[in-house]
Amino acid sequence: MKKLMIGNEAVAQGLYEGGIGLVSSYPGTPSTEITEFLSKHDDLHSEWAPNEKVALETAFGASLAGVRSACAMKHVGLNVAADPLFTMSYTGVNAGLVVCVADDPAMHSSQNEQDSRHYAIGAKLPMLEPSDSAEALQFAKDAFEISEKYDTPVLLRMCTRVSHSQSIVETGERVVRDPVPYEKKPAKYIMMPGYAKLRHPIVEERTKKLEALAENCPYNRIEWGGLEIGIITSGTSYQYVKEVFGDSVSVLKIGMPNPLPARLIKEFAAHVGKLYVIEELDPIIENFCRTLGLDPVGKEKFSMIGEFSQKTIAEAFGLAPKETVKADTQPPARPPVMCSGCPHRGMYYVLAKNKITVLGDIGCYTLGAAPPLNALDSTLCMGASVSGIHGFLNADDAMSDKTVAVIGDSTFMHSGVTGLINIAYNGSNSTVIILDNSITGMTGHQQNPTTGYNIKGDPAGKVDLEALCKSIGIRRVRVVDPYDLKTCEEVLKEELAAKEPSVIISRRPCVLLKYVKTKPPLKVDADKCRSCKMCMKLGCPSIAMKDGKAHIDETLCVGCEVCPQLCKFDAIVKED
Amino acid sequence: MKTTNIMIVGVGGQGTLLASKLLGTLLVDEGYDVKVSEVHGMSQRGGSVVTYVRFGDKVYSPLVEEGEADYILAFEKLEAARWAPCLAKGGKIIVNTQEIDPMPVITGAAEYPSGILEELKGKGVDIDAVDALSIAQEAGSAKAVNIVLLARFAKHFTIPVESWETAIANTVAPKFREMNRKAFELGYNA
Repeated sequence: MKKLMIGNEAVAQGLYEGGIGLVSSYPGTPSTEITEFLSKHDDLHSEWAPNEKVALETAFGASLAGVRSACAMKHVGLNVAADPLFTMSYTGVNAGLVVCVADDPAMHSSQNEQDSRHYAIGAKLPMLEPSDSAEALQFAKDAFEISEKYDTPVLLRMCTRVSHSQSIVETGERVVRDPVPYEKKPAKYIMMPGYAKLRHPIVEERTKKLEALAENCPYNRIEWGGLEIGIITSGTSYQYVKEVFGDSVSVLKIGMPNPLPARLIKEFAAHVGKLYVIEELDPIIENFCRTLGLDPVGKEKFSMIGEFSQKTIAEAFGLAPKETVKADTQPPARPPVMCSGCPHRGMYYVLAKNKITVLGDIGCYTLGAAPPLNALDSTLCMGASVSGIHGFLNADDAMSDKTVAVIGDSTFMHSGVTGLINIAYNGSNSTVIILDNSITGMTGHQQNPTTGYNIKGDPAGKVDLEALCKSIGIRRVRVVDPYDLKTCEEVLKEELAAKEPSVIISRRPCVLLKYVKTKPPLKVDADKCRSCKMCMKLGCPSIAMKDGKAHIDETLCVGCEVCPQLCKFDAIVKED
Repeated sequence: MKTTNIMIVGVGGQGTLLASKLLGTLLVDEGYDVKVSEVHGMSQRGGSVVTYVRFGDKVYSPLVEEGEADYILAFEKLEAARWAPCLAKGGKIIVNTQEIDPMPVITGAAEYPSGILEELKGKGVDIDAVDALSIAQEAGSAKAVNIVLLARFAKHFTIPVESWETAIANTVAPKFREMNRKAFELGYNA
């Protein structure tokens, strides 16, 4: 059946048709929908794991038991899963195992721009890279075959533009094979030195076989056109190259970026006048070409930074830009903001008001860094707020009465809890605020171990955050409602003053959750408003100054009643 | 045929993704090669959002770049101005006259530019401005702005109205079908 699908849905469809029996993942833009689409099927096991390492190890376990499995993550998630990944390269698989990793060139929703192909090279694993949804489906399906034939996990590299672009796919039937019986094979699956030493040569042998595959596979192909210019390209860049040049140049499309096909590249280079390599992010193909004695035009013209488009490529070749028209007035920027009624806002207001140093983490609440709250001091990676504050205060204990770490419920489960264990174990006067909005927010509402529901929305085990923190050894655990500014401030001051570690759980469900009942919008009594702009300090998108007075947009306001707590003149009132 | 380029721009939460999904499905059913590109995540949180829809015999890039858009469907006035440089020579902007203040305007760091559409018109840009919010509210919900704008846009194509109505019925939840059908009708005849 012909269907329009985003790349991530196509990956899910390919894995499904390929007979996947288990998927375990942690959400991360732009990879999240792969697992969400798989979770719609009831003839396989799907789950959100607490983090990517757990997810990959779970998938490995399923492979060991003889069932085809996969996990999906964003590029930085692969850093977390790197530990099992590198050694799984040695053990190989029992049933097929596919690791989908989605890079985010241009950082639409990420904290760095790392290139996942380095992992394929480092871990000596085959990697496939589709350039549209039809390929995403086919490559995902084929990845299981390659995995089993070559006894290796297979990486499937996506990027934002392939993951989130819809193009036409042809769907097929699901074929489920009988599980591969599990057999005890200590020398294959127990990676202690004696056995691992025996496995490493097998990995190198496998790479040779994969190199032979790369030379002669449907993933790498030459599209002969004009011979003056030859372009080696891959992924989404292929589409831009074809958009600009059509068949007027020759193209070597790389669909398998590791291992690369030396013979094919040399053959291509020998037939074209000038050789170019057009790849987003790092010069992986380009550097490989240089090891072959070739001298392509690459990163000198095509940036290592950001994503490409037909425009960047046309410009690099000196083609005339298209005519454009623009207004002389520069439209003001429209950055993303915390939603009206966002439960994080109240706590951030209190932190900003008290000029607290805030070590932040990854999630919607990173938006608290923006004006007018300007509430954050650092954001590094998942869990780094909790580990970081411990180091910060051990280096400078005098800051302990004015420093906190903030972390969301899902991020705390992902890798904050280990940092908290370190605080309790090695000691620091840290105050950790868990911004518990009862969902994984930024990636679009995924369940997590604190929500009490699984990926399908069915009731599941629920982590008791208070009990968890106490069992770790944190004696001071407080729970506050972030809509209650006065209590938040009191509790914050008490816990900052305490000469021992403490946790404040700032608890209220994300206002966008379907089960959260919002209240009627509030309004400003213009006669009472003295234009003091106190309410504006919240950075709520519903409140603006209109004709010198505060004004609440009734289409946006959800009646959270935080702003009236700041108004000294009782000017913010309920609708009559 | 030459590839046709459409941009759907607006503010996160306005329903631009549904509009592009509907349009994409309809164009596939009409037998075209189609690509639709969107960005999820950070940009949904009230930020500026853009979706690209391209169709023709064979479409490669999923993106629409400066000077390439045959149509810009803008859900908000400021966003029309922001993305206007993407309009191709002879292209058309269909814009909802609704104003949504971005955070720099709310905090007072910037002003919402007045007369920005007039400024663009003065530069020869073909602009079809429509109060889609009022029409949507008349149809029963402010959320139907996307359908109203699609209806306005539908006039420029030879695709039969029935095909649009089928696509709407297939895309929106059953309980909103009648309201969206009405929004389409009002938008089309506005």
